[in-house]
Amino acid sequence: MSVYTTARTAFRALCRNPMRAMLTTLGIVIGVGAVIAMMEIGTGSSAALEKTIASMGANVLVIRPGAASSGGVTFGAGSATTLTPEDSEAILRECPAVKNAAPMVRARTQVVYGGRNWIPTYIYGTTVAYLDIQNWGELAEGEPFSDRDVMNGNKVCILGQTLVRELFEGESPIGKEVRLQNVAFRVVGVLPAKGANMMGLDQDDIVLAPWTSIKYRVTGSSLTTSQSSTGSKGSTSETVNTLSTLYPGGESLYPERSALQEANQPMPVRFANIDQIMASARSAAEIETAIDQITAVLRERHRIRSGEADDFNIRDLTEVTKMLSSTTTLMTNLLLAVAMISLVVGGVGIMNIMLVSVTERTREIGLRMAVGARGSDILRQFLVEAVVLCLVGGALGILLGHGGSMLVSLVLRWPVATSPVAIATAVLVSASVGILFGFYPAWKASKLDPIEALRYE
Amino acid sequence: MPLIELRDICKSYQLGDLAVPVLRGVSLTVERGESVSLMGSSGSGKSTLMNILGCLDRPTSGEYWFEGQEVSLLSADERARLRNQRFGFVFQSFNLLPRTSALENVAMPLAYGADHPGEHEARKRAAEMLRRFGLGDRLDHEPSQLSGGQQQRVAIARALINRPPLLFADEPTGNLDSRTSEEVLRMFEQLHREEGITIIMVTHDAKVARHTQRVIHIEDGQIMDGAFAGGGGEEGS
Repeated sequence: MSVYTTARTAFRALCRNPMRAMLTTLGIVIGVGAVIAMMEIGTGSSAALEKTIASMGANVLVIRPGAASSGGVTFGAGSATTLTPEDSEAILRECPAVKNAAPMVRARTQVVYGGRNWIPTYIYGTTVAYLDIQNWGELAEGEPFSDRDVMNGNKVCILGQTLVRELFEGESPIGKEVRLQNVAFRVVGVLPAKGANMMGLDQDDIVLAPWTSIKYRVTGSSLTTSQSSTGSKGSTSETVNTLSTLYPGGESLYPERSALQEANQPMPVRFANIDQIMASARSAAEIETAIDQITAVLRERHRIRSGEADDFNIRDLTEVTKMLSSTTTLMTNLLLAVAMISLVVGGVGIMNIMLVSVTERTREIGLRMAVGARGSDILRQFLVEAVVLCLVGGALGILLGHGGSMLVSLVLRWPVATSPVAIATAVLVSASVGILFGFYPAWKASKLDPIEALRYE
Repeated sequence: MPLIELRDICKSYQLGDLAVPVLRGVSLTVERGESVSLMGSSGSGKSTLMNILGCLDRPTSGEYWFEGQEVSLLSADERARLRNQRFGFVFQSFNLLPRTSALENVAMPLAYGADHPGEHEARKRAAEMLRRFGLGDRLDHEPSQLSGGQQQRVAIARALINRPPLLFADEPTGNLDSRTSEEVLRMFEQLHREEGITIIMVTHDAKVARHTQRVIHIEDGQIMDGAFAGGGGEEGS
C-alpha cells in the first residue's frame, strides 16, 4: 500500500468522525499551542530581561589605570596616571565590540545652592556618552550638555534627583547656578530617578559635568587625587594647550612648529590623565571580545611590550552576566518541563482514542485482512492515522500559540519574539508523539485474528 | 489437478485445557469452474471449514492444496497475498466500510495488491465493476443509503475487483428477503456460468444450496456426502 494511499485512507477514516478527531487532537493542539505561546512570550521576556539587566550595568566595562609605585611603595589601584581621554576615543574608534566609551574624572566636594549645601556621592566629569553607557534614558528635565561644552570646559551640569530634593526642595533647578568648589555651574538638566544600585548606594546622588570642567576648574590639578575634596583651585589658562590639541577648533596660542623643531625641543605638554574610562559592550555576549579588543588597543597606545604587565585593568560585572544567563536557562528549562507534560497528556489522549477506534473498527480491520491486508498494512494505517492526528493538532497548535502570543503582545504589550526553532520542534515533537502513542493501538490492531475480528459485534 | 484438495483436515479449538474438535478429518476436492455449497446445521463446522478454505484460518492438522500449492504452510503475509489475489469474499452481513462511498469500498482491495494500479485507474476499475452490477448511478452512495440487495451487490463487486478465480460466499442471502435473495443467487449463477468463476457457498438453507451444482453436507465436523465431484453426491438443479 503506497504512502499516499495510506495517508489518504487515514485522512478519510478521521473524516468519518470529525468531531471525535477534533476533540482528540485538542490535547495536542493545547499542548503545542502552549509550548509555542510560552516559547514566544518567554523569548520576548528574556530579551526584555536581558535589556533590563543590561540597564543595571551588565554590559558596562570599567577601565582603570593600574597602580603606580615609587621606590617599592605602591599607591593602590587607579593611582597610575596613564589613562587619557584620547584612549577613550581610540577605544570607541577601534573596538567594534564597544558600543560607547566615556572618559571619567571624579571629584568629591561640596555643592552649594543658596543657603543649602550637600556633598554628593558622585561628582563625575564625563561626556554625554556616559548617559548612554549607564542607560539613564531621557532626562527628566532639560537637556544634556553637548560635546562643545566638553570641548570648551563650560560650567554646566546635570543633577540627580537627590540633589534636586536636597538643594532645591522641589523647585525646578533648570537655569539656576550651583557652586562646586566655588565655581558656579549652571544646571542644564535633571536626571530621572534611578534609585539605589545593587550595592545599596543611591544612584540619584550624582552631579554630572563636562570632564574638562571638573578636571580643570574643580579638582584643579591632574595630579591631585580625585578623592580629595579640598583640591586647589585650578586655572584654566595652563590647560589651553592640551585642550586645543584634544579638541580641534580653538586657535592655537603658539605659532606652529616645524618637524625639526618638534624633534629638537619636545614641548612639555601637560598630560591630561583621567580617572577611568567607562565603556559599554554591544551586548552581554560580546563582553569578552570587547575586553580583548580594548586590551589590545590600550597596550598598543601605552606602548607596552609583550611580556610586560598591563598598566590598566578592565573590570566587568561578571556576576550580573552570570545571573542573566542562569535566569534564562532556568526559564527555558521550566518551559521545556511544562511543554513535556502537556505533550505527554496530549499523547495519552491520542492513545486512548486510537484504542477506542481500534475496538470500534474491529470488523473493518477483519474485513481489510480478509481482502488481503497484511498485519503491517494495518499497523501502518493506524500509525499514520495517529501521526496525522498529531500533525494536524500540531499545526493548529502552532496557529493557536502564535495567535495567542500575538494577542498577548497586542493587548498586554508584552514583548514577544517569533521562534522558528520552537515551531520546528513542535512539528517534530507532535509527529513523534503520534508515533510513540499511536504505536500500541496500531500494533494491537495488526495482531487481531481476522476471523474473530469479522465476527466481532 | 483439482483447484482445491483437502486431505484429512482437522481443526480443534482450545478451551482451557479442553480441546474441542470442530473438524474431524475432512477430505474433499473442488474442481476449477465448479459451484459448490457447504451445507449443514449451525455448529456443524461449515464456517470453520470455509475459513480454512479461505486461508483465514489454519488447520490443526491435515493438508490443504490450492492450485497445487500446500497452503497451510504459508506465512501470514503470503496467505494475505493469496486472499487478495486469488479469493473473493462475500459475507452474510455485507461488511462494507461505513461512511465510505460504494466506489471506495469496491476499490479498497486494490490498495493491498502487490501492484497497486494507481488512484485514478483503481477508481475507474471500481466504477466499471459497479456498473456491471447495475449500480452505475450509486457510485458515491454510502452503504447506509443503499438497500440490502444493493449493499450485497457492492460487496460482490468488491470481491471480484481483483478478478479472483475463486469466490467464497458465507450465507450471502442470510440478511436479504426472498426476492433479493433470488436476485443475488442468480447473479452468482451468472458469474459461474459466464465467467467460469468457481463458487463455494456456505448455507444452511437447502433452497439456496439448490442454486449450486454440488452440495457438500457437513455434520458434526465430518462430511456426510458430496466430498468429491461426481463421487456419489447428488447434483443440485
